Amino acid sequence: MSILINKDTRVLVQGITGREGRFHAEQMQKYGTKIVAGVTPGKGGQEVLGVPVYDTVKEAVAEQQIDASIIFVPAAAAADAALEAAHAGIPLVVLITEGIPTLDMVAAVKEIKDLGVRLIGGNCPGLISAEESKLGIMPGHVFKKGKVGLISRSGTLTYEAAAALSEAGLGTTTTVGIGGDPIIGTTFKDLLPLFNEDPETEAVVVIGEIGGSDEEEAAAWIKEHMTKPVVGFIGGRSAPKGKRMGHAGAIIMGDVGTPESKLKAFAEAGIPVADTIDEIVELVKERLG
Amino acid sequence: MKLHEFQAKEILAKYGVPVPPGKVAYTPEEAERIAKDYGKQVVIKAQVHVGGRGKAGGVKLAQPEESREVAGKILGMDIKGLTVKKVLVAEAVDIAKEYYAGLIIDRSSQRVVLMVSKEGGVDIEEVAHTNPEAIVKYPIDPHKGLRHFEAREVVKQAGLEGNLNRLANVIVQLYNAFVGSDASLAEINPLVVTEQGEIIAADAKIDLDDNALFRHPDLAKLREVEAEHPLEIEASNYGFAYVKLDGDVGVIGNGAGLVMYTLDLVNRAGGKPANFLDIGGGAKAEVVYNAVKLVAKDPDVKGIFINIFGGITRADEVAKGVIQALEEGIVKVPVVMRVAGTAEEEAKKLLEGKPIYLYPNSLEAAGAIVTMVGGAK
Repeated sequence: MSILINKDTRVLVQGITGREGRFHAEQMQKYGTKIVAGVTPGKGGQEVLGVPVYDTVKEAVAEQQIDASIIFVPAAAAADAALEAAHAGIPLVVLITEGIPTLDMVAAVKEIKDLGVRLIGGNCPGLISAEESKLGIMPGHVFKKGKVGLISRSGTLTYEAAAALSEAGLGTTTTVGIGGDPIIGTTFKDLLPLFNEDPETEAVVVIGEIGGSDEEEAAAWIKEHMTKPVVGFIGGRSAPKGKRMGHAGAIIMGDVGTPESKLKAFAEAGIPVADTIDEIVELVKERLG
Repeated sequence: MKLHEFQAKEILAKYGVPVPPGKVAYTPEEAERIAKDYGKQVVIKAQVHVGGRGKAGGVKLAQPEESREVAGKILGMDIKGLTVKKVLVAEAVDIAKEYYAGLIIDRSSQRVVLMVSKEGGVDIEEVAHTNPEAIVKYPIDPHKGLRHFEAREVVKQAGLEGNLNRLANVIVQLYNAFVGSDASLAEINPLVVTEQGEIIAADAKIDLDDNALFRHPDLAKLREVEAEHPLEIEASNYGFAYVKLDGDVGVIGNGAGLVMYTLDLVNRAGGKPANFLDIGGGAKAEVVYNAVKLVAKDPDVKGIFINIFGGITRADEVAKGVIQALEEGIVKVPVVMRVAGTAEEEAKKLLEGKPIYLYPNSLEAAGAIVTMVGGAK
């Protein structure tokens, strides 16, 4: 079991004929992801990596059964592509593209949510259900099947945490990289209920970072509802105020987004916070007894 | 990207917001000429990308005959580390009331949020602290935009006094300017009601969304590279996410999260990072070489810590780039490296016998680099 995707999830790749899209589509196929079609406007009728390419998502869903779409189109067209997938009725849309104009996301996120579609990202590494299916750009081999759900605003740091959990024999169920932008489709608190109900997930690791208040909102939800142990981590604790640390969303503005506020929220919710990646593993082990 | 006050006012004026007549001067003589043209009291304002100009003495009223002297004092002044190179000379406004109107992108509600307050002319963050009820916040539906009646309701609720329709007009125009220029923040502070009942934006601030600059080539041109750190300019030419910091440990890594974590580890070990540098995903040797070259060039850097977790990025590509930089002799400081993940073994083989300190984990590597640059501070 896992959340959101499994070995049977049938996947569409938007932007499959582009350099990034093609490369990662192939990597996903190698991992075992069921890629059934691609979309690139103007390239309909071609075949790429053994799957048909359509001009529009509408055509793709008319001919194929599609459960999820992953998007690799350039930033200027990315929000539009996500809207296209949502309007075509695809229930899960993963937006990998980085550098999308923020107001495009403000408009798209609202519309996509109104349609009842789950959007992950943008500017995210995607998600992976270990040894089943990968809808993203992460190195699949570091994710061993296990019992920890992982949610993160970061990419590389997540791989590092997954590798450490795997090495320690704990492994992961599903890992979701929610993205480093200020406006994203899915936040920590949206995913916690899914992990809470997933029978195979025994503990959840939340890898947050400075900026925004997603961690505080997650902590509030955990305090009220979560029945499984949660371990936290906050990246960028030493970052100066007002400077964007790589991720567009990793910035402390005035009093909002400070590590102190996040650590306090976690402490109040009884969530232990790891200072290092190794400590994440220790704390999970401890909590699982 | 931050804009200067005069640039923000130009944008607002284009959308119909009334702003006081004003021109930019680069010399005291120019300032005097502009003031004499207006023939009345002016306000001379430092144009630098930093808040608190007034408190620092960078904003002064002057009669035309004093304007040369006053401008001369402000030009060349240092405000929070930035030298004032130009001033805005604007007609002084007859202030009856000072209000605040601003728009931000709010992450929690995922909307553009309008903020209006009776408490204008002061730092709004201060008001948010001391008197949060004085700020009315209104999330705007992105598909409907801000309608006039909504602006009227907010103005009313915030208790602003003056011509309701005209106040609401200015707020709708501010919203249109925000959306039209893809801003991430737009403020009028103070929004002045004059003795004559006119409404005027006496000061304005606009930050633009860097991700959207591609569709505003005219605004993208306003970027002032001389206002940025030279290493930040060079880094942006290479496409690196780079932030100059004030310590002495150069930090390079792949992925923003990992680099932030690496900064934290250096701090934990008692050290101070000199920079944040993310080489991004899938970097080839040349990219890594450029990153090392850039960080090594920083005179503050006494040691470099390279932290790599190979995913899409191959650790051996990173090693090749580092080795090339070392062999060219451009690195005069110790280099500590930690590599793991994809192609870790190949990387370690390549690095064997090279003049770098290789550590199996980030924690030990952080401790080592801090010792090498002279220990905890």
